[in-house]
Amino acid sequence: MKTKEEILKSFPKNPDYIIEILHALQDNNPYNYLTPEDIKLCAEYLDLPVSYVEGVASFYSMFSLKPRGRYVIRLCDSPPCHLVGSESLLEYLEKKLKIKVGETTPDRLFTLELTSCLGVCAVAPAMMINDEVYGNLTFEKIDKILEEKRGNL
Amino acid sequence: MPERAHILLCAGAACISAGEESFKSALERELKEAGIYDEVKIIETGCFGTCDLGPVMAIYPEGTFYVKLKPQDAKEIVNEHLLKGRIVERLLVKEPEQKQALPTINDLPFFKNQVRIALRNVGFIDPLNIEEYIARDGYSALAKVLTQMSPEDVISEVKKSGLRGRGGAGFPTGLKWELGRKASGTEKYVVCNADEGDPGAFMDRSIMEGDPHSVIEGMLIGGYAIGAKKGFVYIRAEYPLAIKRLTSALEQARNYGLLGDNILGTDFSFDIEIRIGAGAFVCGEETALIASIEGKRGMPRPRPPFPVNSGLWGKPTVINNVETWANIPPIIINGADWFASYGTEKSKGTKVFALAGKINMTGLIEVPMGITLREVVYNIGGGIPNGKKFKAVQIGGPAGGCIPAEYLDTPIDYESITALGAIMGSGGLIVMDEDNCMVDVAKFFLSFTQDESCGKCVPCRVGTKRMLEILDKITKGEGTEEDLVELEQLAYTVRNTSLCGLGKGAPNPVLTTLKYFRDEYLAHIRDKKCPAKVCTALIHYEVIREECRKCSICFRNCPVGAIYKDEDGTYVIDQSKCTKCGICFQVCPFKAIKKE
Ligand SMILES: Cc1cc2nc3c(=O)[nH]c(=O)nc-3n(C[C@H](O)[C@H](O)[C@H](O)COP(=O)(O)O)c2cc1C
Ligand code: SF4
Ligand code: SF4
Ligand code: SF4
Ligand code: FES
Ligand code: FES
Repeated sequence: MKTKEEILKSFPKNPDYIIEILHALQDNNPYNYLTPEDIKLCAEYLDLPVSYVEGVASFYSMFSLKPRGRYVIRLCDSPPCHLVGSESLLEYLEKKLKIKVGETTPDRLFTLELTSCLGVCAVAPAMMINDEVYGNLTFEKIDKILEEKRGNL
Repeated sequence: MPERAHILLCAGAACISAGEESFKSALERELKEAGIYDEVKIIETGCFGTCDLGPVMAIYPEGTFYVKLKPQDAKEIVNEHLLKGRIVERLLVKEPEQKQALPTINDLPFFKNQVRIALRNVGFIDPLNIEEYIARDGYSALAKVLTQMSPEDVISEVKKSGLRGRGGAGFPTGLKWELGRKASGTEKYVVCNADEGDPGAFMDRSIMEGDPHSVIEGMLIGGYAIGAKKGFVYIRAEYPLAIKRLTSALEQARNYGLLGDNILGTDFSFDIEIRIGAGAFVCGEETALIASIEGKRGMPRPRPPFPVNSGLWGKPTVINNVETWANIPPIIINGADWFASYGTEKSKGTKVFALAGKINMTGLIEVPMGITLREVVYNIGGGIPNGKKFKAVQIGGPAGGCIPAEYLDTPIDYESITALGAIMGSGGLIVMDEDNCMVDVAKFFLSFTQDESCGKCVPCRVGTKRMLEILDKITKGEGTEEDLVELEQLAYTVRNTSLCGLGKGAPNPVLTTLKYFRDEYLAHIRDKKCPAKVCTALIHYEVIREECRKCSICFRNCPVGAIYKDEDGTYVIDQSKCTKCGICFQVCPFKAIKKE
């Protein structure tokens, strides 16, 4: 893992890069979120007020200011996925993981979130786990994917 | 060694999600085992368009098209097809009616009826290898422009082609470039809008994943035409594969001297940088996109000034969509007249559409403008699955509208679609069948826009919320006819007074469904019935006692424990506990649960 300083230094000291920097800091955190320290470091590096960086981070839905799981499950709830049953998958995931949308399992393995269209509507219903896309979801497929992720550790 | 075969294996996001990688390893293993690994070339391409059939591949020279590949199929393909020259029938596409297998890619109606300009290379080349792009005339349009054409020539050629922006509004591209060229200032920018947020749209993703150089070449030509030295591609973070492929394409182009200083030995210098979004739909709107690239909260601002005069850092900026850029090189090579020979009087060329929802061939197609919706849905898309009835097609994303069966013969062009109350938008076509409730569909699209509203202006922020409340009431069977009147009035207010296209377009799904499916709204209001049996408050689930085999599967899967066993062992649903999630209905292996 890179140190935070290394991450910051890999970007020009230019406020335009704030979103890039926040992505990099968040990706570097095993719990997929931006710590208060990250925000502060980013603000210092770009010479911006902390409140400004917070404002940017909170505007964009992919940034989280609270800890998430190692795997962030983002189930698509846009209309094409909805038409083919994403809602029952959501209930299924909530039941399997015993958490609601926006929550993290107590073992800090999974966070369940909703996302807008992932652009793989041809294989709807779909979800992403971190950077990986899963399509044509069924209950069985979800079981398999979750088991695989649990097994990874 | 002579090549035995050439395999194009789709490595688009949909095929990868369907298991392309494990199939590929199995295929390589089998090729090695058969000792012909060196005689077969596997090329991983971008999306073929037939995503629903993924993973897919085509084996050349014949173009045999195999679908739904599993690792265990690899052995048979190697032993039968590659060693003995016998086609593996069971892996071919079957025509739904004739049950006849279609051996090659050219036999499929899906491909036969397409004209591929923007998608010319997608699915045919390895996007990670610039040589393959070059071998198919890649960068020759750039060479032509830099050595034989003045910026004014380029602009007049693009104007003459009639190309209009493919990102939604359909603004004439050549005209935009001309305005950008004429705008005062020496520092100018070009931007590729790759934020593709419309639900149901994935054409831009497929172009970037399958043919990233076509976008780069288009931007280079645009940069030359307007006098910019720098370009940005703004991609949404939900597309990691596209980001990866585009990054690698940019690097290769730099290594080949196609980006950087003094390109191809001329005094034209240009480079491109990628900027990544972070999950805000509104950032696809051009002024919000500019704010986001500048590192700000991505909120739209009023126009004018338009970005062509005051864009990035206040400098003239030409913003075009991915597909618009990808159309530029072929227009330069083949000429404006060639491009304009496709399409209709006011909508020239082709358009890429993403087919999603209740249609047999979900995936990506490119067709000449002016083709009818019917041709797209039935001839290319293969019609509606499971013998269901077509109900409507939603075109244009969340700012678009639902078009009913009566208008299936409408030609697809900017004007005709707008006349029906929808918009061309980015090209998402979401097909709905009799099982879809139009009130629910309208509610869902509106909840998407409501969710994505940036909150800057009142009509959009508050108006869509109120509209959503009314729709919610109606889907719960609590709506009144006065609500319908208010809903319609609000829709017009939001449309007329919102600042940006998100708010202006948000009411369209509601307005079109009210126009074409009013009886469905009335059924929810007057009869408290959802004709399509979708709205949960108006339906319930019940076990059909005679059909129940007492297998207990429903009981074990109900998330709220609403199912219990009665005296004779039959399972029963406790209606007071049931949340109507429908899981039991889906899991019962004996269809012993009914929905009413
Ligand atoms: C809410 C909203 C979202 C938009 N999203 C996109 C998008 O994802 N991609 C895109 O190319 N254009 C999008 N647009 C249109 C852009 O503002 C702009 O018109 C377009 O990028 C111009 O390129 P074109 O002329 O090549 O179509 C959006 C507009 C609005 C109002
Ligand atoms: S119309 Fe909606 S999205 Fe657009 S600026 Fe206003 S509040 Fe923001
Ligand atoms: S619909 Fe859902 S909540 Fe109701 S009985 Fe079936 S599984 Fe249980
Ligand atoms: S799943 Fe179907 S058959 Fe099995 S107990 Fe439930 S209702 Fe009866
Ligand atoms: S709507 Fe779910 S991936 Fe597009
Ligand atoms: S991703 Fe493979 S066919 Fe579309």
